[in-house]
Amino acid sequence: MQQFMTTLLGGLTLGAVYASFALALCLIWRSTRVVNFAQAPMAMVTTYVGLEVIEATGSYWLGFAVALAAGFVLGALVERLLVRHVEGAGDLNIVILTLGLFVALHGLAALVFGSDYRSFPAPFGLKGLHVGGHNVAITPFGVFTIVAVGIVLVLLVLLFRSTDVGLRMRAAAFSPEVARLLGVRVGAMLTLGWALAAVVGSLAGLLIAGGNLVFPQYMDSVVVYGFVAAVLGGLDSPVGSVVGGLILGLVLSFVSGYVAGDLVPVTALIVLVGVLLVRPGGLFSHVAERRV
Amino acid sequence: MLAVHDLTTTYGAVTALDGVSLEAPAGQVTAVLGANGAGKTTLLRTVSGLVRAQRGAVSLEGTDITRLPAERMTGLGIAHVPEGRGVIAELTVAENLRLGGLHRRQGSEPERLERVYELFPVLGDRSNALAHVLSGGERQMLVIGRALMARPRVLLLDEPSLGLAPRVVAQIFALLRTLVERDGLTVLLVEQNATSALSIADRGVVLGLGRVVATEPAERLAADEKLRHAYLGF
Repeated sequence: MQQFMTTLLGGLTLGAVYASFALALCLIWRSTRVVNFAQAPMAMVTTYVGLEVIEATGSYWLGFAVALAAGFVLGALVERLLVRHVEGAGDLNIVILTLGLFVALHGLAALVFGSDYRSFPAPFGLKGLHVGGHNVAITPFGVFTIVAVGIVLVLLVLLFRSTDVGLRMRAAAFSPEVARLLGVRVGAMLTLGWALAAVVGSLAGLLIAGGNLVFPQYMDSVVVYGFVAAVLGGLDSPVGSVVGGLILGLVLSFVSGYVAGDLVPVTALIVLVGVLLVRPGGLFSHVAERRV
Repeated sequence: MLAVHDLTTTYGAVTALDGVSLEAPAGQVTAVLGANGAGKTTLLRTVSGLVRAQRGAVSLEGTDITRLPAERMTGLGIAHVPEGRGVIAELTVAENLRLGGLHRRQGSEPERLERVYELFPVLGDRSNALAHVLSGGERQMLVIGRALMARPRVLLLDEPSLGLAPRVVAQIFALLRTLVERDGLTVLLVEQNATSALSIADRGVVLGLGRVVATEPAERLAADEKLRHAYLGF
């Protein structure tokens, strides 16, 4: 029982991290039909920015806020200065652009922040919680991780479903020309989409970094799992991304806890291939009929 | 009044519009007729700023709007209803309609929605359905209703009859006529279906290969056998 709970809660925490990463991918996919391979290094850079602020001021939360704000700015800049110029030039060009950005940001981070391992603080304790005299296998930071991702999901769903800006963003993503004719400033909506995605990406970076070591490649191990989570849930659906993340976190945690830790990467691959075979659009896709 | 003067639009080496001048007087339906490739759709796309004009000018009530981007049109009171029933299939009927009124807030949203549902009761019945489940006729009603949400002064309609059953076409055209008479709407109606278009139009403009071939009152155009045979195919 103890092991089951440990595995379950560990999986949920891990899943929440994958979920936030997948959510960021989903936001950009929804608004620009681009898979942003530079998501992880962008989050790495903003996490470094947060770390510098934390070290300078001693306040975790100030660093947290600055990292999210830096994500907003970085996302907007990447869209305005880079992505916009290759738009309409074929999907492959954008993919290569984001891959190039992946390499460039790694190099840049090593130059600016150094490539040493630096420890990143966590705002809450990293010891297991005690509930009614029992040890529960989840840390306060783990709880924070799950709650933070939940809040972000709810806020995003509210944004898209219930606000005018959300409606404009969806219109701009689904049908840019019609949206323009209805007065939507499509370019501004795309920039906003990238900016929000980068904020969510930054959150993923902060959640992974908390209580761990930060170095230019520290996000790379999450990239693959984040992508699998996004595909699992369906790149188009924010709710799907989060559920996909949680499912993947749980599956991997149980494989690692009950079978063997070495099998984790293979399991992720099997999940990916399985989803692509059975439901290529992801578990939560509702493929809208397209006129040809 | 919407006026177009000497408008020329090219796509690479192809000249789609070649010095077109025409007027859409306020409170009237002006039908733009012609075969496929005559430049009808390009005319509307250039007027609303989706394509840049090579030469010439577009003006609304005497104000030059030639270089304004497409997203400014709604605010000016020009609603361009694109061809191919440009509903946003992934949004619900109500969301499509709300979107139409976001950038020109005249009157409260519920009130404007109510008015559109009055004109098109079927949209009210299906307000929470995704637009992609609608039939062709319902989609056409949705795009017209969505344009009306902005309370436009000028309606640019691109082939509203395309692919619709004659009965539905008659219904939609009759409604357009009502809107023109009741609200003083100015309509520039681009159509291949000349018979239907001329039945509600005040004036007709015939385009052939990007040029204006004739501008006549609608009845006279409908009676001009030579023109009909040469350009309108009936």
